[in-house]
Amino acid sequence: MTTEREFEAGSYVGEDRPAGGESPDGERTLGQELRGYALGLALALALTASSFWVRGTDLIYGPGLAVALLVLAVAQMGIHLIYFLHITTAPDNANNVLALAFGVLIVSLIVFGSLWVMEHLNHNMVPMDQLMRMQR
Amino acid sequence: MSTAAAETLSLATGHGAGGPAPKRIIVGYGFWIFLLSDVIMFSTLFAAYAVLFKNTAGGPTAEQLFDLRNTAAETVCLLCSTFTCAMASLAVGERSLKWTQLALLATGLLGLAFITLEVREFASLVARGAGPTRSAFLSSFFTLVGCHGAHVTAGLLWLGTMMAQFYAKGFRVDIRHRFLCFSLFWHALDIIWVAIFSLVYLVGTLPRQLLP
Repeated sequence: MTTEREFEAGSYVGEDRPAGGESPDGERTLGQELRGYALGLALALALTASSFWVRGTDLIYGPGLAVALLVLAVAQMGIHLIYFLHITTAPDNANNVLALAFGVLIVSLIVFGSLWVMEHLNHNMVPMDQLMRMQR
Repeated sequence: MSTAAAETLSLATGHGAGGPAPKRIIVGYGFWIFLLSDVIMFSTLFAAYAVLFKNTAGGPTAEQLFDLRNTAAETVCLLCSTFTCAMASLAVGERSLKWTQLALLATGLLGLAFITLEVREFASLVARGAGPTRSAFLSSFFTLVGCHGAHVTAGLLWLGTMMAQFYAKGFRVDIRHRFLCFSLFWHALDIIWVAIFSLVYLVGTLPRQLLP
Protein backbone atom coordinates (compact mmCIF):
# COMPACT_ATOMS: atom_id res chain seq x y z
CA MET A 1 0.00 0.00 0.00
CA THR A 2 1.26 3.41 -0.82
CA THR A 3 1.26 5.88 2.02
CA GLU A 4 1.10 8.75 -0.37
CA ARG A 5 -1.94 10.89 0.06
CA GLU A 6 -4.06 10.92 -3.02
CA PHE A 7 -4.26 14.04 -5.07
CA GLU A 8 -6.84 16.64 -4.11
CA ALA A 9 -8.43 17.98 -7.25
CA GLY A 10 -7.75 21.56 -8.21
CA SER A 11 -6.80 22.65 -4.75
CA TYR A 12 -3.08 22.97 -4.26
CA VAL A 13 -2.09 22.74 -7.87
CA GLY A 14 1.58 21.97 -7.90
CA GLU A 15 2.02 22.07 -4.17
CA ASP A 16 3.17 18.86 -2.62
CA ARG A 17 1.22 17.25 0.16
CA PRO A 18 3.62 14.60 1.37
CA ALA A 19 2.86 11.21 2.83
CA GLY A 20 -0.09 10.76 5.15
CA GLY A 21 -0.98 14.42 5.17
CA GLU A 22 1.94 15.27 7.42
CA SER A 23 3.35 18.23 5.62
CA PRO A 24 5.92 20.29 7.55
CA ASP A 25 3.56 23.17 8.18
CA GLY A 26 0.57 20.99 8.93
CA GLU A 27 -2.40 19.96 6.78
CA ARG A 28 -4.57 22.73 5.48
CA THR A 29 -8.15 22.20 6.52
CA LEU A 30 -11.19 22.70 4.32
CA GLY A 31 -12.04 25.87 6.21
CA GLN A 32 -8.60 27.35 5.58
CA GLU A 33 -8.77 26.55 1.88
CA LEU A 34 -12.26 28.03 1.69
CA ARG A 35 -11.05 31.21 3.38
CA GLY A 36 -8.14 31.37 0.92
CA TYR A 37 -10.47 31.22 -2.08
CA ALA A 38 -12.88 33.73 -0.51
CA LEU A 39 -9.98 36.11 0.09
CA GLY A 40 -8.86 35.64 -3.53
CA LEU A 41 -12.36 36.42 -4.79
CA ALA A 42 -12.65 39.48 -2.52
CA LEU A 43 -9.28 40.85 -3.67
CA ALA A 44 -10.11 40.19 -7.33
CA LEU A 45 -13.50 41.93 -7.02
CA ALA A 46 -11.90 44.86 -5.17
CA LEU A 47 -9.25 45.30 -7.88
CA THR A 48 -11.90 45.04 -10.61
CA ALA A 49 -14.01 47.66 -8.84
CA SER A 50 -10.99 49.97 -8.52
CA SER A 51 -10.23 49.54 -12.24
CA PHE A 52 -13.75 50.61 -13.19
CA TRP A 53 -13.65 53.42 -10.62
CA VAL A 54 -10.29 54.69 -11.93
CA ARG A 55 -11.68 54.65 -15.47
CA GLY A 56 -14.56 56.95 -14.48
CA THR A 57 -12.84 59.28 -12.03
CA ASP A 58 -11.32 62.68 -12.73
CA LEU A 59 -9.29 62.61 -9.51
CA ILE A 60 -6.32 61.08 -11.31
CA TYR A 61 -4.03 62.91 -13.72
CA GLY A 62 -5.49 62.08 -17.16
CA PRO A 63 -2.45 60.83 -19.07
CA GLY A 64 -1.61 58.57 -16.10
CA LEU A 65 -4.92 56.69 -16.31
CA ALA A 66 -3.68 54.10 -18.83
CA VAL A 67 -0.69 53.25 -16.63
CA ALA A 68 -2.87 53.05 -13.52
CA LEU A 69 -5.23 50.61 -15.29
CA LEU A 70 -2.27 48.53 -16.48
CA VAL A 71 -0.87 48.31 -12.95
CA LEU A 72 -4.28 47.27 -11.54
CA ALA A 73 -4.59 44.60 -14.26
CA VAL A 74 -1.15 43.15 -13.49
CA ALA A 75 -1.98 43.15 -9.76
CA GLN A 76 -5.22 41.28 -10.40
CA MET A 77 -3.47 38.72 -12.59
CA GLY A 78 -1.03 38.17 -9.71
CA ILE A 79 -3.94 37.62 -7.31
CA HIS A 80 -5.46 35.03 -9.67
CA LEU A 81 -2.14 33.24 -10.07
CA ILE A 82 -1.59 33.03 -6.31
CA TYR A 83 -5.08 32.30 -5.00
CA PHE A 84 -6.67 30.29 -7.82
CA LEU A 85 -3.81 28.74 -9.79
CA HIS A 86 -1.69 28.21 -6.63
CA ILE A 87 1.59 29.34 -8.10
CA THR A 88 3.71 29.48 -4.95
CA THR A 89 7.33 29.45 -3.88
CA ALA A 90 7.09 25.84 -2.64
CA PRO A 91 9.95 23.68 -3.90
CA ASP A 92 7.62 21.47 -5.93
CA ASN A 93 6.38 24.55 -7.73
CA ALA A 94 9.78 25.60 -9.09
CA ASN A 95 9.08 24.13 -12.54
CA ASN A 96 5.76 25.96 -12.80
CA VAL A 97 7.34 29.25 -11.73
CA LEU A 98 10.20 28.90 -14.23
CA ALA A 99 7.76 28.07 -17.04
CA LEU A 100 5.69 31.11 -16.04
CA ALA A 101 8.77 33.34 -16.07
CA PHE A 102 9.66 32.12 -19.57
CA GLY A 103 6.06 32.69 -20.69
CA VAL A 104 6.12 36.24 -19.35
CA LEU A 105 9.39 36.87 -21.22
CA ILE A 106 7.93 35.66 -24.53
CA VAL A 107 4.68 37.58 -24.02
CA SER A 108 6.51 40.85 -23.31
CA LEU A 109 8.82 40.32 -26.30
CA ILE A 110 5.82 39.79 -28.58
CA VAL A 111 3.71 42.67 -27.26
CA PHE A 112 6.34 45.37 -26.69
CA GLY A 113 8.41 44.22 -29.66
CA SER A 114 5.42 44.49 -32.00
CA LEU A 115 4.46 47.90 -30.68
CA TRP A 116 8.05 49.14 -30.96
CA VAL A 117 8.61 47.85 -34.50
CA MET A 118 5.25 49.06 -35.80
CA GLU A 119 5.72 52.50 -34.22
CA HIS A 120 9.03 52.92 -36.07
CA LEU A 121 7.50 51.65 -39.31
CA ASN A 122 4.78 54.26 -39.02
CA HIS A 123 7.38 56.97 -38.44
CA ASN A 124 9.47 55.95 -41.44
CA MET A 125 6.63 55.39 -43.85
CA VAL A 126 5.96 57.78 -46.70
CA PRO A 127 2.77 59.71 -45.85
CA MET A 128 -0.25 58.27 -47.59
CA ASP A 129 -0.99 61.26 -49.87
CA GLN A 130 2.60 61.27 -51.19
CA LEU A 131 2.39 57.53 -51.77
CA MET A 132 -0.76 58.04 -53.82
CA ARG A 133 0.99 60.72 -55.91
CA MET A 134 3.96 58.44 -56.57
CA GLN A 135 1.70 55.69 -57.85
CA ARG A 136 0.10 57.94 -60.38
CA MET B 1 17.83 4.08 8.11
CA SER B 2 16.95 6.58 10.79
CA THR B 3 13.51 8.14 10.90
CA ALA B 4 14.94 11.56 10.11
CA ALA B 5 16.67 10.26 6.99
CA ALA B 6 13.47 8.52 5.85
CA GLU B 7 11.53 11.71 6.36
CA THR B 8 14.07 13.72 4.35
CA LEU B 9 13.78 11.20 1.54
CA SER B 10 10.00 11.31 1.50
CA LEU B 11 10.10 15.11 1.45
CA ALA B 12 12.63 14.95 -1.37
CA THR B 13 10.15 13.17 -3.66
CA GLY B 14 10.31 14.90 -7.00
CA HIS B 15 13.45 16.85 -6.13
CA GLY B 16 15.96 14.43 -7.58
CA ALA B 17 15.86 12.04 -4.62
CA GLY B 18 13.18 9.76 -3.23
CA GLY B 19 11.67 8.89 -6.61
CA PRO B 20 9.72 10.69 -9.29
CA ALA B 21 7.23 13.48 -8.58
CA PRO B 22 3.62 12.40 -7.95
CA LYS B 23 1.48 12.05 -11.09
CA ARG B 24 -0.68 14.98 -10.01
CA ILE B 25 2.34 17.32 -10.10
CA ILE B 26 3.36 16.06 -13.54
CA VAL B 27 -0.19 16.37 -14.95
CA GLY B 28 -0.48 19.91 -13.56
CA TYR B 29 2.91 20.88 -14.99
CA GLY B 30 2.14 19.54 -18.45
CA PHE B 31 -1.17 21.34 -18.59
CA TRP B 32 0.46 24.51 -17.27
CA ILE B 33 2.87 24.40 -20.25
CA PHE B 34 -0.13 24.15 -22.61
CA LEU B 35 -1.82 27.08 -20.85
CA LEU B 36 1.29 29.22 -21.20
CA SER B 37 1.44 28.48 -24.93
CA ASP B 38 -2.22 29.50 -25.13
CA VAL B 39 -1.36 32.74 -23.31
CA ILE B 40 1.42 33.38 -25.83
CA MET B 41 -1.10 32.92 -28.66
CA PHE B 42 -3.37 35.46 -26.97
CA SER B 43 -0.41 37.85 -26.60
CA THR B 44 -0.05 37.95 -30.41
CA LEU B 45 -3.74 38.90 -30.66
CA PHE B 46 -3.24 41.59 -28.00
CA ALA B 47 -0.23 42.92 -29.94
CA ALA B 48 -2.30 43.02 -33.16
CA TYR B 49 -5.09 44.88 -31.34
CA ALA B 50 -2.65 47.41 -29.85
CA VAL B 51 -1.02 48.03 -33.23
CA LEU B 52 -4.30 48.31 -35.18
CA PHE B 53 -6.21 50.18 -32.47
CA LYS B 54 -6.07 53.58 -34.20
CA ASN B 55 -6.79 52.21 -37.71
CA THR B 56 -10.52 52.78 -37.65
CA ALA B 57 -10.74 53.60 -41.40
CA GLY B 58 -13.05 56.50 -40.63
CA GLY B 59 -15.41 54.16 -38.79
CA PRO B 60 -16.53 54.14 -35.16
CA THR B 61 -13.90 54.13 -32.39
CA ALA B 62 -13.77 52.06 -29.21
CA GLU B 63 -14.94 55.08 -27.23
CA GLN B 64 -18.13 55.31 -29.31
CA LEU B 65 -18.86 51.59 -29.40
CA PHE B 66 -18.28 49.90 -26.05
CA ASP B 67 -20.78 49.83 -23.20
CA LEU B 68 -18.78 49.51 -19.98
CA ARG B 69 -21.79 48.39 -17.91
CA ASN B 70 -22.01 45.30 -20.10
CA THR B 71 -18.27 44.70 -19.59
CA ALA B 72 -18.69 45.03 -15.81
CA ALA B 73 -21.53 42.47 -15.83
CA GLU B 74 -19.43 40.03 -17.90
CA THR B 75 -16.50 40.50 -15.51
CA VAL B 76 -18.61 39.77 -12.42
CA CYS B 77 -20.01 36.60 -14.08
CA LEU B 78 -16.55 35.31 -14.90
CA LEU B 79 -15.03 36.17 -11.50
CA CYS B 80 -17.87 34.41 -9.67
CA SER B 81 -17.60 31.39 -11.97
CA THR B 82 -13.89 31.12 -11.18
CA PHE B 83 -14.81 31.08 -7.48
CA THR B 84 -17.50 28.40 -7.91
CA CYS B 85 -14.98 26.36 -9.93
CA ALA B 86 -12.61 26.58 -6.95
CA MET B 87 -15.52 25.46 -4.74
CA ALA B 88 -15.99 22.47 -7.05
CA SER B 89 -12.34 21.50 -6.55
CA LEU B 90 -12.81 21.68 -2.77
CA ALA B 91 -15.90 19.48 -3.11
CA VAL B 92 -13.92 16.98 -5.18
CA GLY B 93 -11.28 17.00 -2.43
CA GLU B 94 -14.05 16.15 0.04
CA ARG B 95 -15.47 13.49 -2.33
CA SER B 96 -18.94 15.05 -2.20
CA LEU B 97 -20.74 14.31 -5.46
CA LYS B 98 -23.67 16.56 -4.62
CA TRP B 99 -21.56 19.66 -3.92
CA THR B 100 -19.26 18.96 -6.85
CA GLN B 101 -22.17 18.84 -9.26
CA LEU B 102 -23.83 21.91 -7.70
CA ALA B 103 -20.62 23.97 -7.88
CA LEU B 104 -19.96 22.83 -11.45
CA LEU B 105 -23.54 23.66 -12.41
CA ALA B 106 -23.16 27.17 -10.94
CA THR B 107 -19.85 27.56 -12.82
CA GLY B 108 -21.53 26.49 -16.06
CA LEU B 109 -24.51 28.81 -15.62
CA LEU B 110 -22.27 31.80 -14.87
CA GLY B 111 -20.12 30.92 -17.91
CA LEU B 112 -23.27 30.67 -20.00
CA ALA B 113 -24.39 34.10 -18.75
CA PHE B 114 -21.00 35.50 -19.76
CA ILE B 115 -21.25 34.01 -23.27
CA THR B 116 -24.82 35.31 -23.65
CA LEU B 117 -23.74 38.85 -22.72
CA GLU B 118 -20.84 38.65 -25.14
CA VAL B 119 -22.92 37.32 -28.04
CA ARG B 120 -25.50 40.07 -27.43
CA GLU B 121 -22.73 42.69 -27.49
CA PHE B 122 -21.29 41.29 -30.74
CA ALA B 123 -24.76 41.15 -32.31
CA SER B 124 -25.49 44.77 -31.38
CA LEU B 125 -22.11 45.88 -32.80
CA VAL B 126 -22.77 44.09 -36.09
CA ALA B 127 -26.30 45.54 -36.19
CA ARG B 128 -24.84 49.03 -35.82
CA GLY B 129 -22.60 48.45 -38.84
CA ALA B 130 -19.51 47.87 -36.70
CA GLY B 131 -18.83 44.27 -37.66
CA PRO B 132 -15.38 42.72 -38.06
CA THR B 133 -15.20 43.83 -41.70
CA ARG B 134 -15.66 47.52 -40.93
CA SER B 135 -12.05 48.41 -40.02
CA ALA B 136 -8.71 46.89 -38.99
CA PHE B 137 -9.47 47.98 -35.43
CA LEU B 138 -12.75 46.05 -35.38
CA SER B 139 -11.17 42.99 -37.06
CA SER B 140 -8.56 42.79 -34.32
CA PHE B 141 -11.18 43.41 -31.62
CA PHE B 142 -13.48 40.61 -32.81
CA THR B 143 -10.52 38.24 -33.24
CA LEU B 144 -9.16 38.85 -29.73
CA VAL B 145 -12.42 38.92 -27.77
CA GLY B 146 -14.02 36.25 -29.98
CA CYS B 147 -11.07 33.93 -29.41
CA HIS B 148 -11.55 34.28 -25.65
CA GLY B 149 -15.28 33.64 -26.10
CA ALA B 150 -14.50 30.51 -28.12
CA HIS B 151 -12.25 29.30 -25.30
CA VAL B 152 -15.03 29.85 -22.76
CA THR B 153 -17.48 27.95 -24.99
CA ALA B 154 -15.03 25.06 -25.27
CA GLY B 155 -14.62 25.24 -21.50
CA LEU B 156 -18.39 24.92 -21.06
CA LEU B 157 -18.44 21.76 -23.20
CA TRP B 158 -15.56 20.37 -21.14
CA LEU B 159 -17.43 21.29 -17.94
CA GLY B 160 -20.49 19.34 -19.09
CA THR B 161 -18.26 16.37 -19.85
CA MET B 162 -16.70 16.57 -16.38
CA MET B 163 -20.16 16.60 -14.73
CA ALA B 164 -21.16 13.52 -16.72
CA GLN B 165 -17.90 11.73 -15.88
CA PHE B 166 -18.15 12.46 -12.16
CA TYR B 167 -21.73 11.17 -12.29
CA ALA B 168 -20.95 8.01 -14.25
CA LYS B 169 -17.47 7.12 -13.01
CA GLY B 170 -17.19 8.74 -9.60
CA PHE B 171 -14.01 10.23 -8.13
CA ARG B 172 -11.57 7.96 -9.95
CA VAL B 173 -7.99 9.21 -9.99
CA ASP B 174 -7.88 9.78 -13.77
CA ILE B 175 -11.17 11.70 -13.65
CA ARG B 176 -9.76 13.86 -10.87
CA HIS B 177 -6.67 14.56 -12.99
CA ARG B 178 -8.94 15.68 -15.85
CA PHE B 179 -10.80 17.90 -13.43
CA LEU B 180 -7.49 19.40 -12.25
CA CYS B 181 -6.74 20.35 -15.87
CA PHE B 182 -10.23 21.76 -16.34
CA SER B 183 -9.96 23.96 -13.24
CA LEU B 184 -6.55 25.25 -14.37
CA PHE B 185 -8.04 26.03 -17.80
CA TRP B 186 -11.01 27.88 -16.31
CA HIS B 187 -8.86 29.97 -13.94
CA ALA B 188 -6.44 30.83 -16.77
CA LEU B 189 -9.33 32.05 -18.95
CA ASP B 190 -10.21 34.47 -16.17
CA ILE B 191 -6.67 35.87 -16.24
CA ILE B 192 -6.97 36.46 -19.99
CA TRP B 193 -10.29 38.22 -19.38
CA VAL B 194 -8.65 40.52 -16.80
CA ALA B 195 -6.25 41.65 -19.54
CA ILE B 196 -9.14 42.06 -22.01
CA PHE B 197 -11.44 44.13 -19.82
CA SER B 198 -8.57 46.30 -18.56
CA LEU B 199 -6.81 46.99 -21.85
CA VAL B 200 -9.45 46.55 -24.57
CA TYR B 201 -12.42 48.02 -22.74
CA LEU B 202 -11.16 50.36 -20.00
CA VAL B 203 -7.97 51.74 -21.58
CA GLY B 204 -9.45 51.44 -25.08
CA THR B 205 -12.36 53.74 -24.30
CA LEU B 206 -10.25 56.49 -22.73
CA PRO B 207 -10.50 59.78 -24.65
CA ARG B 208 -7.98 59.90 -27.52
CA GLN B 209 -5.83 62.68 -26.03
CA LEU B 210 -5.27 60.66 -22.83
CA LEU B 211 -3.83 57.65 -24.65
CA PRO B 212 -0.07 57.21 -24.96
